[in-house]
Amino acid sequence: MTTSSRWRALTRHHLFWPVAVLVALVLVNVPFTPDFFAIHMTNGHLYGSLVSIVLFGSPLILVAVGMTLVIATGGIDLSVGAVVAITGALTCSYISDQADQGALSGVLLAMGLGLVAAVVCGLWNGFLVARMGIQPIIATLIIMVAGRGVAQLITDGQIITINSDPYQLIGGGYWLTLPFSIFVVAAVVAVTVALTRRTALGLLVEAVGGNAEASRLVGIRSRRIKIMVYVFCALCAGIAGLMISSNTSAADGNNAGLWIELDAILAVVIGGTSLLGGRFSIGGTVIGALVIQTLTTTIYTIGVPTQTNLVFKAAVVIVVCLLQSPKFRAKVFGARARAAAPAQPAAEPEAAPKMEVS
Amino acid sequence: MLNRRNFLTAAVGVAAAGTLAACAKEDKGSTGTSSGGSKTITLGFSQVGSESGWRSANTDSVKAAAKEAGYNLKFSDAQQKQENQISAIRSYIAQKVDVIAFSPVVVTGWDAVLKEAKAAKIPVVLTDRSVETSDDSLYVTLVGSDFTDEGRRAGKILEKVLEKAGHKGPVKIAQLEGTTGAAPAIERAKGFKEVMDADHKDDWKIVVSQTGDFTRAGGKQVMAAFLQSNPDINVLFAHNDDMAIGAIQSIEAAGKKPGKDILIVSIDGVKDGFVAMSEGKINAIVECNPLLGPQLMEVVKTVHDGGSVERWIKTKEGDFMQDQAKAALPTRKY
Repeated sequence: MTTSSRWRALTRHHLFWPVAVLVALVLVNVPFTPDFFAIHMTNGHLYGSLVSIVLFGSPLILVAVGMTLVIATGGIDLSVGAVVAITGALTCSYISDQADQGALSGVLLAMGLGLVAAVVCGLWNGFLVARMGIQPIIATLIIMVAGRGVAQLITDGQIITINSDPYQLIGGGYWLTLPFSIFVVAAVVAVTVALTRRTALGLLVEAVGGNAEASRLVGIRSRRIKIMVYVFCALCAGIAGLMISSNTSAADGNNAGLWIELDAILAVVIGGTSLLGGRFSIGGTVIGALVIQTLTTTIYTIGVPTQTNLVFKAAVVIVVCLLQSPKFRAKVFGARARAAAPAQPAAEPEAAPKMEVS
Repeated sequence: MLNRRNFLTAAVGVAAAGTLAACAKEDKGSTGTSSGGSKTITLGFSQVGSESGWRSANTDSVKAAAKEAGYNLKFSDAQQKQENQISAIRSYIAQKVDVIAFSPVVVTGWDAVLKEAKAAKIPVVLTDRSVETSDDSLYVTLVGSDFTDEGRRAGKILEKVLEKAGHKGPVKIAQLEGTTGAAPAIERAKGFKEVMDADHKDDWKIVVSQTGDFTRAGGKQVMAAFLQSNPDINVLFAHNDDMAIGAIQSIEAAGKKPGKDILIVSIDGVKDGFVAMSEGKINAIVECNPLLGPQLMEVVKTVHDGGSVERWIKTKEGDFMQDQAKAALPTRKY
């Protein structure tokens, strides 16, 4: 009895299904990549499939964490891909103009420049959404479309290749045998969780997302909160932009971060954050981003034909979203559970969060 | 209120200045035609956009070659949109240019505008990419690369690379494909497979093949996964240099030597590709030449003078092995 109730508590946990899917995806890889879990030392750093999943997934995790807070306020930020491109373009073109590309001060200044540009984009989005009252999807569409043009303007339509060891560290380098980007992601996630769950900030964000007008009337500065989350989201996208350009030591205004906004939104949804706003889960988002990255790696390794990549991806995402839906679960698994124990009022606890959303 | 008015004034001012500037540009163009008289050939050229380094090299080449040939070039950038390109071609027809050249954004949907050009008796030359039309007489010729042949040449040059490296035993190839559905990706894969099926049915095998979207990041990520699932890969065939450059980084991260443990053949011949080849990291590059300006100008002259040209004029392209890389590097313009 206790084990079954423990099991039920586990399956009811909001992270259960995302984690289950992640584990399933990882296991799918094992027959195709025999030593999938093997991690060995190569050239003084750890090397293995799991390490590359985290390394290549880092930018997505960052963007998705920023996106989570925006979505929690009931908004959405489509401009993150363009912000990734702008940040990378600005930073790399600044570094490439340096006489000594490896100079730490120049690299730091370039990164600062890129991040300032990202923050400006975030301020613009926040201004349009919070002050001008423009629908978030429209407001952020502006930079999504125009931003890539700006990035191309900065790079002059070329791919800028740089050769800078300190800059390579952030997205492609290793520290203490681990990819440096893992530390950056860990720091950003830790700060975000601390700020939102150890202070009232998370509650305020959720309040604004639940009902912006009501939260304003109880004294929450909802506009300021909204501007803050857009700036934070753009800053995360900016750091991701540094990572992506650093990973290949090149800025590609046309392709850097292309469609990352959609992957990020997907990661947020897989993580269990409601697109209607009002509640969010940073942990869920991190798992969601890892699910997407693992899925991408899986497609590469199990030999899905190129033409059917997207179909395969879509099929997995549909399954994940269905598993996330309480109604679907109640229909498929619930019937069996009810047959076993008809007295259980299974529907009640699931109805509560739904009311909270509306 | 005052602020807003100031802002509006400024905005109107900027807009007006922009229009004036545009007019000034246009004027310069048309006086050029009239002063040149009937001898100067006026060429209307509509470019796809400026999506890559390859494309901007292509644009520069056309502009430079037109200047050298003394033609009056009317250039427009379609920004990857067919409607922009159609309206550019219509304006060339209205301006009665001598020859129209364009690099079509997409394959279909050109019949109407090309018929208008034909009715106005203006010959049309395609560059770089082809179109599908109901009536073959709608364009005179295509000046561009043969992607299938590039694939074949990649196969042939791999034979040389293997021989030079003294490779023995089975050849396990990883293929990094271009954007799924794009003509260069489909045709390069096809050409390479032709060589493989014809001469190397038993000893060559493509063990993994995935799209890297023609980008460095794509090439890097896909190659990292390939190296995990198939550690015994010994040859990489990349559909463009950028993916090969990304893959090289993954190969190095896996503790292997690109160009030695894994032999690399790629297509395009951009500058960064040559840099990698001169460092010994790429074994051979099959060139896909964007510098087709001079060839285009020759064709324009022949067509304008009423001469006949071939239906498809293939760009002059070379194949480069590692030992030629250092010598060729300073001459790479893109």
